[in-house]
Amino acid sequence: MKKLFGSLLLALLLLPCGAGIALGGEELGGTLAKIKKDGVIIVGHRESSVPFSYYDSAQNVVGYAQDYSKLIVEAVKKKLGVSELTVKLVPITSQNRIPLLANGTYDFECGSTTNNLERQQQVAFSNTFFIIGTRLLVHKDSKITDFSDLKGRRVVVTAGTTSEKLLFLMNDRDKMNVQIISTPTHGDSFRSLESGRAEAFFLDDVLLAGERSRARNPSDWVIVGTPQSYEAYGCMLRKDDPQFKALVDETIASAQLSGLAESSYEQWFKKPIPPRGAIMNFDLSEAMKDLLRNPNDKAFQ
Amino acid sequence: MHWGLFFEQAPFGGVQYYQWLLRGFAVTVELSVCAWVVAFLAGSVFGIMRTLPHRAFRAAGGFYVAVFRNIPLIAQFFVWYLVVPELLPGSLGRDLKAMDPEIQFFILAVACLGLFTGGRICEQVRSGIQAQSRGQLSAGLALGLTLPQCYRHVIMPNAYRIIMPPMTSEILNMIKNSAVASTIGVIDLSAQANRLLEYSARPYESFIAITLAYVTLNFTVMFLMRLLERKIRVPGSTGGRHV
Amino acid sequence: MFDLDPLLLLQTAPILLKGMLITLKITVAAVVLGMFSGTLLAVARVSPILPLRWLSALYVNCFRSIPLVMVLMWFYLIVPQMLARFFNLSPLTDIRLISAITAFTMFEAAYYAEIIRAGLGSIPRGQTQAALALGMTLPQALRLVLLPQAFRAMAPLLLTQGIILFQDTALVYILGLGDFFRTAVTIGKTNGYEPAMILFAGLIYFGICYAASRLVDSLKRALAEQKRAS
Repeated sequence: MKKLFGSLLLALLLLPCGAGIALGGEELGGTLAKIKKDGVIIVGHRESSVPFSYYDSAQNVVGYAQDYSKLIVEAVKKKLGVSELTVKLVPITSQNRIPLLANGTYDFECGSTTNNLERQQQVAFSNTFFIIGTRLLVHKDSKITDFSDLKGRRVVVTAGTTSEKLLFLMNDRDKMNVQIISTPTHGDSFRSLESGRAEAFFLDDVLLAGERSRARNPSDWVIVGTPQSYEAYGCMLRKDDPQFKALVDETIASAQLSGLAESSYEQWFKKPIPPRGAIMNFDLSEAMKDLLRNPNDKAFQ
Repeated sequence: MHWGLFFEQAPFGGVQYYQWLLRGFAVTVELSVCAWVVAFLAGSVFGIMRTLPHRAFRAAGGFYVAVFRNIPLIAQFFVWYLVVPELLPGSLGRDLKAMDPEIQFFILAVACLGLFTGGRICEQVRSGIQAQSRGQLSAGLALGLTLPQCYRHVIMPNAYRIIMPPMTSEILNMIKNSAVASTIGVIDLSAQANRLLEYSARPYESFIAITLAYVTLNFTVMFLMRLLERKIRVPGSTGGRHV
Repeated sequence: MFDLDPLLLLQTAPILLKGMLITLKITVAAVVLGMFSGTLLAVARVSPILPLRWLSALYVNCFRSIPLVMVLMWFYLIVPQMLARFFNLSPLTDIRLISAITAFTMFEAAYYAEIIRAGLGSIPRGQTQAALALGMTLPQALRLVLLPQAFRAMAPLLLTQGIILFQDTALVYILGLGDFFRTAVTIGKTNGYEPAMILFAGLIYFGICYAASRLVDSLKRALAEQKRAS
């Protein structure tokens, strides 16, 4: 039994590697070889990570991170020297994104995934494309202004996020007796807050702003609290695939250095966005400005 | 395979991973037991209504069965979670949503799973009642019993004994259906499977352990019901084995 | 909250229909494949070969004790690579659809097996003996005499199981597969009409399943009448 599962697991892990395909002197391996062989690239995306990767009203996937995904697909085409590549989109959640990448259901994702050392044991991350702080979204009339006010309150988090884990840890450490609700998507979490089920929503500040932009009355909701962590978003790739990672890193770095990233930022964070033309009004932070000047793939923790 | 995983420290809660599994098991059992009480009561009441001579009662029973049997369980869960609190009169909905989420989701899940299963029990109860010859009822009435007394003392005791075997499979079905409650935030066994997978990054161990927990639960219930069946079988009958 | 915009339904009708198509695809595939494998399992269960009987019993009892939710998660999170290789799938096929169809087929096979076994059990033993006495082999007897009768006797139950399956397909929600239910919920979420869209989806399922179960009821009555007449 042990042996059988061991070898099955091994087969699963080795499968994406496939055989190397020679191309213009350089040997293709890993994900790129797989894409070349199949003629298909499978891109993971989020369903409600506003404004990074989410559905517009016609159920198309759009967003700031989705723009990077498109750039990466173009870069892959160029690298493989093909004019046509079929792009297949697969929706993922915070909870299943790592298993589904590992089992080969999709090839890479750019959404709202934090690059941290713990996850690096299972997957690889590209250059950072966004930097966030984890904070709280609350009703403007609520008495919650910081994390110390959460004692005994009902707080919603999205299952599988770093905030979920942080909240559980905080609860243990400070004996806060927070009642925790975990939901599958950020949209579900926000609806818990909006409907009065939860009194606060703990997540990355920019995603909170994204959810707020979709509220019935955005002005009712405020983002509060000292950031509990600063985190770097990267595109998530399979581990041990340096060739593909180099391509993705290069794509992101050149977008950041050429000013393309900044104009994309304008579009998603300063102007009306789908589905209902809300405006995020989220200024470029100092950390982000620094990132755009010095592209890197450093994890914060 | 790394089964030592379950004795490793979980990332929070100050417990080991196996305690997550046990906690999920307990929630699944609690949910199943409570939902069964609701299902048994609702199924009996509406099942009896479907056999009464009054047209209005029969229609109400039929309506109950039609509604709860013809809508997917997950849709029913979503209705209880998202729609019902908004429809409750006065501040009831708000009070419900302000409850401790763990208790709140549990109550909603018990109501949903109980009434859903009740729709199935209802049909069993009805067939258990109708399987008895009409003479039973006439004899009871002739002896001067009222209709409720007849049901109470003559018809129902027999009906329950007749429908024991199909009831067993309904209980087993209900335990399995309880896993759908994880979609509205009940942290039962199946929800723990996802959590284990996420935090331990050990898919096979996590899923095998959870699956075995369900199998164990099912076989235990099956075994207990067999014992019970044998004990209360109507003497001389085959136990009314319907297919 | 419940002020569903009729225009929205009209605009999103094509997406909803596409979702319904996926629901129907899964249902039909799982009914056909599940009934086929269920028949094989049932035959194995009554076969004279002991290990075959055991294997069949083991399969049926195992799948009947695992929640469908768990079966779906197994096939989605753990084994899709194996599925893709096993069926030699093109990378373009939606692995979630294949996962769902495989999971439902394997799950339903156990339930169909029990129904068909009960059907076989309801045929008087004399029939088997008569068929064998006529010089038929056991497989011939099964194919020509026993199974047709079992299917006929169990037709209402087999169809009812199909209706249950149709409802159960809504569980692919957890795979993120856009069937009718998930599509309806997602439309509701993106446009702020979630409760209304859930009720709408429930109503559609109700209409279809209620009509189908009435049809099964009348079939049941017709079969009973026929039996009484013969």
